[in-house]
Amino acid sequence: MKNIHVSTTINGDDAEFVCAPEETLLDALRNRLGLSGAKEGCGTGDCGACTIEMDGRLVCSCLVLGAEAQGAQIKTVEGMAIGEALHPLQQAFIDHAALQCGICTPGILVAAKNLLERNPDPTDTEVRYWLAGNLCRCTGYDKIIKAVQIAAADMRGA
Amino acid sequence: MNFQSKTKADFKVVGTRVPRPDGVDKVTGRALYGADFSVPGMQVGLILRSPHAHAIINSIDASDALALPGVKAVVTSSDLGVPEDEGLRDVQDNCLARGKVLYDGHAVAAVAAKDMATAKAALKLIKVDYTPLPHVTDVDAAMKPDAPVVQEARADESVPEGSGPNVTHYCEFGHGDLEAGFARADKIIERSFKTAATHQGYIEPHACLASYGTDGKADLWCCTQGQFMVRDLCAGIMGMEGSQLRVTASEIGGGFGGKTTVFIEPVALALSRKSGRPVKIVMSRVDVFRATGPTVSSSMDVRIGMTRDGRITAGEAKLRYQGGAFPCGTVDMGAQAAFAAYDMEAVRTQGWNTLTNRPKEAAYRAPGAPMAIYAVESVVDELCQQLDLDPLDVRLKNAADAGTKSSYGPTFDQIGLMATLEAAKAHDHYHAPLGENQGRGLSCGFWFNFGGNTSVSMIINSDGTVGVTEGNPDIGGSRASISMMAAEELGIPYDKVRTVITDTNSIGHNDVTDGSRVTFAVGLATIKAARDAIRVMCGRVAKIWGIDPDAVIWEDGAAKPSGPNAGNFEPMTLAEIAAISSETGGPIAGHHEVNAEGAGVSFGVHLADVEVDPETGATQVLRYTVFQDAGKAVHPDYVEGQMQGGAAQGIGWALNEEYIYGEDGLLQNAGFLDYRIPVASDLPNIDTVILEIPNPGHPYGVRGVGETPIVPPLAALSNAVSRAIGVRLHELPMSPPKILKAITAKG
Repeated sequence: MKNIHVSTTINGDDAEFVCAPEETLLDALRNRLGLSGAKEGCGTGDCGACTIEMDGRLVCSCLVLGAEAQGAQIKTVEGMAIGEALHPLQQAFIDHAALQCGICTPGILVAAKNLLERNPDPTDTEVRYWLAGNLCRCTGYDKIIKAVQIAAADMRGA
Repeated sequence: MNFQSKTKADFKVVGTRVPRPDGVDKVTGRALYGADFSVPGMQVGLILRSPHAHAIINSIDASDALALPGVKAVVTSSDLGVPEDEGLRDVQDNCLARGKVLYDGHAVAAVAAKDMATAKAALKLIKVDYTPLPHVTDVDAAMKPDAPVVQEARADESVPEGSGPNVTHYCEFGHGDLEAGFARADKIIERSFKTAATHQGYIEPHACLASYGTDGKADLWCCTQGQFMVRDLCAGIMGMEGSQLRVTASEIGGGFGGKTTVFIEPVALALSRKSGRPVKIVMSRVDVFRATGPTVSSSMDVRIGMTRDGRITAGEAKLRYQGGAFPCGTVDMGAQAAFAAYDMEAVRTQGWNTLTNRPKEAAYRAPGAPMAIYAVESVVDELCQQLDLDPLDVRLKNAADAGTKSSYGPTFDQIGLMATLEAAKAHDHYHAPLGENQGRGLSCGFWFNFGGNTSVSMIINSDGTVGVTEGNPDIGGSRASISMMAAEELGIPYDKVRTVITDTNSIGHNDVTDGSRVTFAVGLATIKAARDAIRVMCGRVAKIWGIDPDAVIWEDGAAKPSGPNAGNFEPMTLAEIAAISSETGGPIAGHHEVNAEGAGVSFGVHLADVEVDPETGATQVLRYTVFQDAGKAVHPDYVEGQMQGGAAQGIGWALNEEYIYGEDGLLQNAGFLDYRIPVASDLPNIDTVILEIPNPGHPYGVRGVGETPIVPPLAALSNAVSRAIGVRLHELPMSPPKILKAITAKG
């Protein structure tokens, strides 16, 4: 089958790519557009390492076809920092050791940002359930939850 | 070496919580992991795997696959030689099966093609003719005399005659008169236990990119815990000289021991050699579960005698481990670790390893120890219950200490077990009230720790900054701790140092990142490399001042005269010395190469509170506290991170994680949906208490901390659940159906 031409918006910029009909959005981002921040941990939507935002909704980009990005607003970890300024979540993750190997970090940051945009003052339990679809094998989640809460407090104060 | 007399105590950088140098890359998506590399002309490599648990390969016909447009090469084991070295042969045969497939998912052939769709189509066109054989996946069944034979004649010289055909290894440790010890006991408990195989569960699947030139030189990029190990194994398999294969480690997305061998790397090299093009292989998650990693599963008997007042009089453990389809020595470590926490007059442990039709076991964080210590700590807890004794007091009464002859032979130097037990006893967690259906459990944990071959180079740049080059992939923040130790020793700020991890052609050999060795051994070599650079700098300054080099000392980042007799000179800082180095003899550098000893064993104690739902058998962990001796915590955040991460993995092992094989010998749950590792909502906060009992073998007192924390959760949770439901459990994982069954059986 012929490749499909896709016009979309990624991190606020117009973007175009061609992809195979069966190609996932994750593969298109990584292999066609060079955005390798989203990671493939499972390819079946179980680990959340490929989490991105599509039209304001969190999705596992391994479960979305590249062709579905037509006309959509896509946000990835690469769009979180503004110039030299890290997003408060990114800064909190560094300052409070919320990452070890870092492979789950892009997905967790994108998911946490989406949470704080909906709920600026979540409880720990709400953070834990919101991030339950993002597996981390290194940290035991403790420092991740704390960093999200520190960033949330920072953003509320800002 | 022994630094005891001068273990450093006043630190400026070590012990602070500085930002990690790879932090920005990892929060912005810029960090490059195994699957993130690409080169022009790259082909996609895919591996065909066995659909059988055990079968003879009669033939492999790849002609249709090779005829498909876009297919560049197909390789099987016949494209590789047969290494003389047995260990290397096993590694190779695990990467590409030779003659027989030994487990579900065993690699059989591989294809390189222009893209993923073509590679997938080509795999389907490879015809493999199999004759299925009887299989065995259970450890006890595999040890029977009439069990299906996984591999012929693989027993080593340790195996007693008359053992089953799959037993490859036997070991025994201990001392004292066992029966006299049991005769002194007021109470003896003997129980049998089983634990399931679990997977390391790193979120990053194995990935590599191989580029083999027609001149016989090759480059390999991969995610690994040890680029030198990859180089040595791959060069051996490919028949290459080591210098011709340069291996570069990417950022690593978790390893936990599972990336201490090769699975796809020699296959990618063979495909690249045959196709004349670079080849990238990225494993799928299903293949990661079916063909890499898991730890051993076990069947164990433990017998312990205790006096009425809580003194252990004798202990015995029989450990039967299966490590998959190839021989492994993991049971040795279990047999040595089982009773390590106790000062024993009489102790004996025996271990057997058996082959099964499962993937080859790979190291998993304190390999072999968690299950053995789970069994011992369960029996100790049951003795405490039956004798109505406080389980912490009993541990304190029997704890190993400096001077104790360990259960596995050596006499302990300074160790932190007593201090961690006392810290646990003093903590409010131990005294907090419990509600209905709730229970508290505790367990000790132990790991040997390792030093090993290590090389570090350090350059003093002319602008006064410092570069450290080392060769151990950073799996938990080690670049931060290495930079911190360099800064501490040189007396300069942390942000003047940058540590990089280099390839196999750019520094001397480094053993794999394992054994909790990096912060200890690379740290030690970094300190020694800094001392080497300081020696050079003091020599330069002595020349400038016209005094003897011995009359120059290094203090607070500057060379100074050693005293009034040496002369009256203004101190020269590192930056001042570096700035004029070209006039004093040229570039300044230091280096250190060592096979480090003195790693210093590690002990921890975990407290766990659980609540069990009597309707469903589901366990909720309510509160969890980790106490551990770090020797000296170089970066406390990342020491805590190891303690928390290890605890979470152990909690998963205790409650949920298991490899499930069907009657057909096929893995039933090869994915994160069915092999469920703990998610954020499963866990409570994990509190940490770091103890610092300096390790005499390290200049700053550092001990490895990475592995010990996975050991105690198994028994801590089993003890907590058993106390919560009022019936003792002897099998992991304690999944809800098993707990419910135990509650129902109790009535």
